[in-house]
Amino acid sequence: MNLRDTLTLSFSTVASYRTRSLLIVLAMALGVAAVVVLTALGDGARRYVVGQFSSLGTNLVIVLPGRAETSGGFPGAALGQTPRDLTLEDARFVGQLPQVRRYAPLNVGVAELAGGGRLREVTVLGSNAELLPIRHMKLSQGSFLARGSERSAQIVLGSQLAREFFPDGRAVGQRVRLGDSRFLVSGVLAPQGESMGFNSDEIAIIPIDYAQELFNTESLFRILVEAKSRNAIEPAKAAISHVLTLRHDGEEDVTVITQDAVLATFDRILRALTLGVAGIAAVSLAVAGILVMNVMLVAVAQRTTEIGLLKAIGAPAADIRRLFFAEALWLSLAGGALGFALGHAGSYFIRLAYPALPAWPPAWASVAGVATALFTGVVASLLPASRAAKLDPVLALSGK
Amino acid sequence: MIRLDAITRVFRMGDQEVRALNGINLDIASGEYVSIMGPSGSGKSTLLNVIGLLDRPDGGRYELDGADVTDLSENDRARVRREKIGFVFQSFHLVPRLTAAENIELPLILEGVAPVERKSRVEAALDAFDLKDRARHRPSELSGGQRQRVAIARATILRPTALLADEPTGNLDHRIGAEVMALLEGLHHAGTTLIIVTHDRELGARAHRHIAMRDGEIVGDET
Repeated sequence: MNLRDTLTLSFSTVASYRTRSLLIVLAMALGVAAVVVLTALGDGARRYVVGQFSSLGTNLVIVLPGRAETSGGFPGAALGQTPRDLTLEDARFVGQLPQVRRYAPLNVGVAELAGGGRLREVTVLGSNAELLPIRHMKLSQGSFLARGSERSAQIVLGSQLAREFFPDGRAVGQRVRLGDSRFLVSGVLAPQGESMGFNSDEIAIIPIDYAQELFNTESLFRILVEAKSRNAIEPAKAAISHVLTLRHDGEEDVTVITQDAVLATFDRILRALTLGVAGIAAVSLAVAGILVMNVMLVAVAQRTTEIGLLKAIGAPAADIRRLFFAEALWLSLAGGALGFALGHAGSYFIRLAYPALPAWPPAWASVAGVATALFTGVVASLLPASRAAKLDPVLALSGK
Repeated sequence: MIRLDAITRVFRMGDQEVRALNGINLDIASGEYVSIMGPSGSGKSTLLNVIGLLDRPDGGRYELDGADVTDLSENDRARVRREKIGFVFQSFHLVPRLTAAENIELPLILEGVAPVERKSRVEAALDAFDLKDRARHRPSELSGGQRQRVAIARATILRPTALLADEPTGNLDHRIGAEVMALLEGLHHAGTTLIIVTHDRELGARAHRHIAMRDGEIVGDET
């Protein structure tokens, strides 16, 4: 019997035992769908967390004044002041390093914002034009702080602030008062919501020089640095430490952190979690495999006389083995395909229900789910198929 | 032609040995019409199974068409069955899921005949056995006589040299049984060796050679 006939004949057999075949296919499909959906959830959670971190900026290196000690606490905490300030001059030096693409010095404080007849306290960030690309912020109106014109009194408002102060939506070009100075609104940030506990919709951004004047300080709160590439992060970190230590009379009194390390840890944990749930789902596939084996064994028992007849009309044992083998193949193929479709539909509905969660099933999980279904189905058919092939035709025909 | 030489077949039932065939010597020439008769348990069905290569003798020598087939491998026995032997059973043994035409087609599929040729040969067989309007019916939708005609069409589609029938009319009423016998005898006239195992004396008497069996031995062989 050739391959095509084996496949056609076994397919018509599978199709003729409709209920039985549907149930097996369903069991297989649920197993595969479970693998696909659960990995989609796990991987979606991983992407969500990674995405949250990345929204802070890519290849980000952050410089903090003071050195974090594992014992003895923050050195500055005792004195009320860090040994040496992190200055704008320091930031400029950092910006000159070859590993650094761009940098943004940062001051943070609270000040009173007045405009359009309203008044409220707001969180003020002082920075430069590079803050926008480094922090992956977007504008909804106007322009950001102009490059190289740190001396002009511009202000960029968070979307919530702009709505509160200028409900008519015409914030750009208006004048507001921050503390004792007047600022021209140059732009409005696009709504971004809260990210890592920081709501960028309720902040105001002004040039760093104005901020230092406003808060009466020479010291920077942070320097945000974007390295040229992922591979440049570690060299950049070392170079920044080195240059600042040199500038601070040989004392290593700044802390340089990368978000990469934190991110990598989360990534690893959530990947392991995804694999874990995939493994649990795979157990259901193994159960489906046992079901296939059971049903095939019953089929062999039911079709004993038919197998005897096939032998009587000259079917070699190999043909009979292949027929049962092909039946299992069809069942698991149909189960795998249906499970694949169900799993992807399920992931789609999860994405519909929770748009924030990128619940895309990873490709490896879809492939592994379907492959495991095929594998278990085929393995489960080996025993029944060889049992059928070994039947004694005389006994089989007499129905014993 | 069939030559059996001191064929024995022993079944073990518990700790007892039953000699179903006890030193059978039998020659059947090509084109003969033979009936094998005897009481239940006389070994006539076992003899038929050995001749049809379904069963393997425990001793003796079996020669089919001049070739020793006693110790053939399982695969070779299947091939010989396919090429040289046609079986007709009392209970028809049609595959219930397949239509009449598909049942007749089965041996051609096993033989690896190309689909186009299969189709025309099945057509011809349906014609010859007057089953044309029943081609797409499943066995459950066929009468007993029609079922046996499908079974005979299947047994002869590969043009075997010997047709072995075990109580071919056992499940049919007298009139239909006679029709089926006429069909089988027609095949014998066309040159096929026909061997029939039966209880029915009247049926057995129609053959040209009568073999009587008892307790695994041939006790009568008349022409």
